[in-house]
Amino acid sequence: MTTTAPRRSLRARRARSAAMISLTVVAAVLATLPLVFILALLIKQGASSLNWAFFTAMPKPVGETGGGMANAMAGTLMLIAIATAIGLPVGIGAGLYLAEHRNTRFAWLVRFLSDVLNGLPSIVVGIFAWQFLVRPVKHFSALAGGIALAVMMVPLVTRATEEMIKLVPDSLREAALALGYPRWRTSLTVVLRTALPGIVTGALVAVARIAGETAPLLFTAFGNQFWSTSLTQPVSALPLQIFSYAISPYEEWHALAWAGSLVLLALILVISLIARFVTRSRFGHGHD
Amino acid sequence: MASTSLHGASVGDRIYRFVTTAFALSIPLLLVLLAIEVAVAAWPALSSFGLSFLTSAEWNVVDGIYGAAPAIYGTIVSSALALIIATPLAIGVAIFLSEFAPPWLRQPVAFLVDLLAAIPSVVYGLWGVFVLVPLLRERVMPFIADRLHLGDTPFFSGPAYGPSMLAAGLILAIMVLPYISSVTREVLMAVPRSQREAALALGATRWEMIWGAVLPYASSGVLGGVILGLGRALGETMAVTMVIGNRHEISASLFSPGYTMASQIANEFSEATNDMHLSALMGVGAVLLFITLVVNMLARWLVWRVQRQGRA
Repeated sequence: MTTTAPRRSLRARRARSAAMISLTVVAAVLATLPLVFILALLIKQGASSLNWAFFTAMPKPVGETGGGMANAMAGTLMLIAIATAIGLPVGIGAGLYLAEHRNTRFAWLVRFLSDVLNGLPSIVVGIFAWQFLVRPVKHFSALAGGIALAVMMVPLVTRATEEMIKLVPDSLREAALALGYPRWRTSLTVVLRTALPGIVTGALVAVARIAGETAPLLFTAFGNQFWSTSLTQPVSALPLQIFSYAISPYEEWHALAWAGSLVLLALILVISLIARFVTRSRFGHGHD
Repeated sequence: MASTSLHGASVGDRIYRFVTTAFALSIPLLLVLLAIEVAVAAWPALSSFGLSFLTSAEWNVVDGIYGAAPAIYGTIVSSALALIIATPLAIGVAIFLSEFAPPWLRQPVAFLVDLLAAIPSVVYGLWGVFVLVPLLRERVMPFIADRLHLGDTPFFSGPAYGPSMLAAGLILAIMVLPYISSVTREVLMAVPRSQREAALALGATRWEMIWGAVLPYASSGVLGGVILGLGRALGETMAVTMVIGNRHEISASLFSPGYTMASQIANEFSEATNDMHLSALMGVGAVLLFITLVVNMLARWLVWRVQRQGRA
């Protein structure tokens, strides 16, 4: 190709360049189209079956109209709370370690494996949690579901924490140490506090990511038609409920699945927007 | 006074160091534990069927014979199909955003493409069941088979049910596109400006600059992005389960239903009737785990290499 290039006329080369550039524009349009279609349909189908009862009522048996997903929403919040309670401290701790031991071999290994963990299929995390937490006690539980989600959350929080702490200037750390602060207090009260908005953002992004996960919950939280707040009982979640309604043969359940999807996506988008807002409000007039 | 506070500090430091090290250590430990748990659970099936677990197409719960070949085949075909569709699009978007897009358009389009990654798998599945699959069954499949006269070729033969390998490949393509495109965008931005200026100074057109100077420089990073997308596609569960038709069968036709490793686990696990069936499903999980581990490590290594190059 390089050998034929000089022989082509300038006009042909320019035309070719313009054509390829327009193709990238076409690619951009094609890539955003599915999103527009999905969002439009979600809003149209979801909004028409969304009402107050959806948020307050329990699922109804087949044939009865109405009913809602109150238990699934409570379940999702509960699972997120369990996952955050476990995943956040572990992730922040590991992130602190990685930021403070940047170039050691062990830190490199942990960083690499945390990326690998992040790329594992969620269904594999699901069967691992089942084998490890459900099989020995012989029943599904909210706790097992929350831990499965925590496994997915840890690598996200770890890397976010590390990146944010790296942004804290060394001079700040040095100033605190020079004032006689011990290392641990410097890390926790000066460095971590400075990086906090970024870490909150990272944590919220991680929550947004796990909120929509279904596969890790299939054999752990399992789903529940009834109200449950017990850690040791199966619990429902929005994605699980959407799944079982979507593959059911009943019209009313399909409508509920659309409404549930709209609520789930709205929840994820709100969390993501808050995540953006948290960083912008502190670091707003900076480099970005 | 001073000495006690110094003493206290060193204890605090030791505790702090111990706790953060323990948390950091928990990540490798978690991965090892995960691999061991899955491998142990899969062992009965893997040891009693040996290699035929990977090569046999027979999955007979009644007779207790398990071969995962159709699921492995389906995983590879649906992921390959997804990459064939998504890669050119994703690279096109990334080039548009990093090189040509006017600044006011860059942020919104990048945001929209990234948003594709925020939509939960189960919502894609819902859309697939009620929009994509009917569309394929009523419009696209008849069009390919009858109008384009491709119905006699092995790839597009058979009745058009709707739920099919084609549906899985298409929905996976939409799902992995944002991953490939965001990594590609990042590595393109890491290409030094001098590389572009040199090409333009030699009289290259803008496209020749991209093709001749920017893409070759970023190529292993782009490849890393594609492989990262492959990792996502291989393990994607819910959306695929909902549109692939879940049939344990190897067929060359993209119109016929199939299975992937992830969808087979999701579909059969809670109905597994006996220990060997469970172990066989765990075996499928172990194979999936092994493949995605290798694919992810390769992808991370490639991306990491380019980013280090760009910084140096």
